[in-house]
Amino acid sequence: MSIDEKTAARVAKLARIKVEDDQLPALAQEFSNILGFIEQLNEVDVEGIEPMTSVTPQKLYRRVDEVTDGDQQEKVLKNAPDAREGFFAVPKVVE
Amino acid sequence: MSDLTKMTLADARDALRKRETTSVELTETHLKAIEGAGALNAFVHHTPEIALEQAKAADARIAAGDAPDMCGLPIGIKDLFCTKGVPSQAASAILNEFKPEYESTVSQNLFDAGGVMLGKLNMDEFAMGSSNETSVYGNVVNPWRRNGDDAALTPGGSSGGSASAVAADLCLAATGTDTGGSIRQPAAFTGITGIKPTYGRCSRWGTIAFASSLDQAGPMTKDVRDAAIMLKAMCSFDAKDSTSANLPVPNFEAMLTGNIKGKTIGIPEEYSMDGMSQEIRDLWADGTEMLKAAGAEIRHISLPHTKYALPAYYVIAPAEASSNLARYDGVRYGHRATLDAGDGITEMYEKTRAEGFGPEVQRRVMIGTYVLSAGFYDAYYNRARRVRALIKKDFDDVFATGVDAILTPATPSAAFGLGEMKDADPVQMYLNDVFTVTVNLAGLPGVAVPAGVDAQGLPLALQLIGKPWEEGDLLNTAYALEQAAGFVAKPNKWW
Repeated sequence: MSIDEKTAARVAKLARIKVEDDQLPALAQEFSNILGFIEQLNEVDVEGIEPMTSVTPQKLYRRVDEVTDGDQQEKVLKNAPDAREGFFAVPKVVE
Repeated sequence: MSDLTKMTLADARDALRKRETTSVELTETHLKAIEGAGALNAFVHHTPEIALEQAKAADARIAAGDAPDMCGLPIGIKDLFCTKGVPSQAASAILNEFKPEYESTVSQNLFDAGGVMLGKLNMDEFAMGSSNETSVYGNVVNPWRRNGDDAALTPGGSSGGSASAVAADLCLAATGTDTGGSIRQPAAFTGITGIKPTYGRCSRWGTIAFASSLDQAGPMTKDVRDAAIMLKAMCSFDAKDSTSANLPVPNFEAMLTGNIKGKTIGIPEEYSMDGMSQEIRDLWADGTEMLKAAGAEIRHISLPHTKYALPAYYVIAPAEASSNLARYDGVRYGHRATLDAGDGITEMYEKTRAEGFGPEVQRRVMIGTYVLSAGFYDAYYNRARRVRALIKKDFDDVFATGVDAILTPATPSAAFGLGEMKDADPVQMYLNDVFTVTVNLAGLPGVAVPAGVDAQGLPLALQLIGKPWEEGDLLNTAYALEQAAGFVAKPNKWW
């Protein structure tokens, strides 16, 4: 499958990665090559095969629904690029 | 006392227990070796204060008669593991300045067992790479060189720093992680032993995630016995990782008898790939003969979906990565781009991620985004997961016929030159993992054992693949292979 520049731009947008316009042709070409490689999977007969959800058969274990952790505001904010008054700060989201 | 850096974990453990040396002495000797090995670029964050403090505590424990196997032994920790108060950035610019407020379960287990952390080890960015050339810290250099040639070689990846450091005797052992071959391939390129245990053996908690259904931690060591010792210390049930196995962890070292009489070893025909070098073919045939001579029955087997493992991996791993790496948004930790006037939150995300992620990580995140996007989810992601189920079934079927372990080459070649693959298509680089990636997709344990050198003097390895949760039996077969192969070569010190 060949990926055009428009698709490459859309994927970059969905992934929230800024890609300059002049980089798009090379990116589209790389995607095309990788997807071309992946397309070998179409040769496999997967009729009746369930997609794997867990490599070892297991049930997620359950625990009592109770608070086991918390009160760590300072630690949670410690690595934030911009933390103010106990909150993560971000650029203005609404006008 | 002979050179302390040349010891294995087992040697050093025994010497400590006999009071022939101290952990402080072992640690200081290794810290000095690290200082002199800047040219390898293996250690990227040095933690001598922590190491000496842990060494003193270990010596006190040994004096008090409480010495678990890892007690007092200096090791390196891959940068992918979160270590409290110490930079842990997965070799990525996006985690610049990140110092976790918590300890990963695996590193905590090692510290609880008395392990001493010398520092953090270089790797490919977010463990995405097979040559350790995608790191924000720069390339790691393999201590091995081709005969009569000074060209810098790759130690493999993604655990390249771990491999280089252990091979160069900068630490007694190191932690690695393996998503598609990231322990076994670098172990093979540097003449050391590396095991990826069964998925679920080691807790993933606090290990920076790449592809959660494939990621497993494991030890990278100088020999098989050391792998058994360190693996036991790393494994545990952990309620903080929902895929962690609630199973007892056996004493793997006690299972190393070297006796494999009556075991059945499978040789999969599909691993004989076009273009594979004669040296690799010969190594594989020699390894087969060695196991046969040790009393194993050799059986030719078929794993028919092998060919589709790499393409399935390059759907599943990027898909999971695109989801896992969504957390790097410039809000909670790590790098945030400098914004222009008028930039809003979307620009902040996009600029932060463009600046923070290197090209290979960006490529995989975007491929993952694409295969998960509306209209393509079934065609790519679900199809890959169906193929994954078939790959696992191939192994299940073979093990059901009584095969105990499977012998394959570990890599298609010996270590290649740094920069040699620079202009190659990314898919060419992905082929490095062709023999290892099946094991991650099937969740099985796999171990790389050095088994010979090529014509240029570089180490070559074989891989043994075992049944789920049978790491002890697998390591015993690896031990028999190690004894028969008698690999003792070491790189000449040039750094």
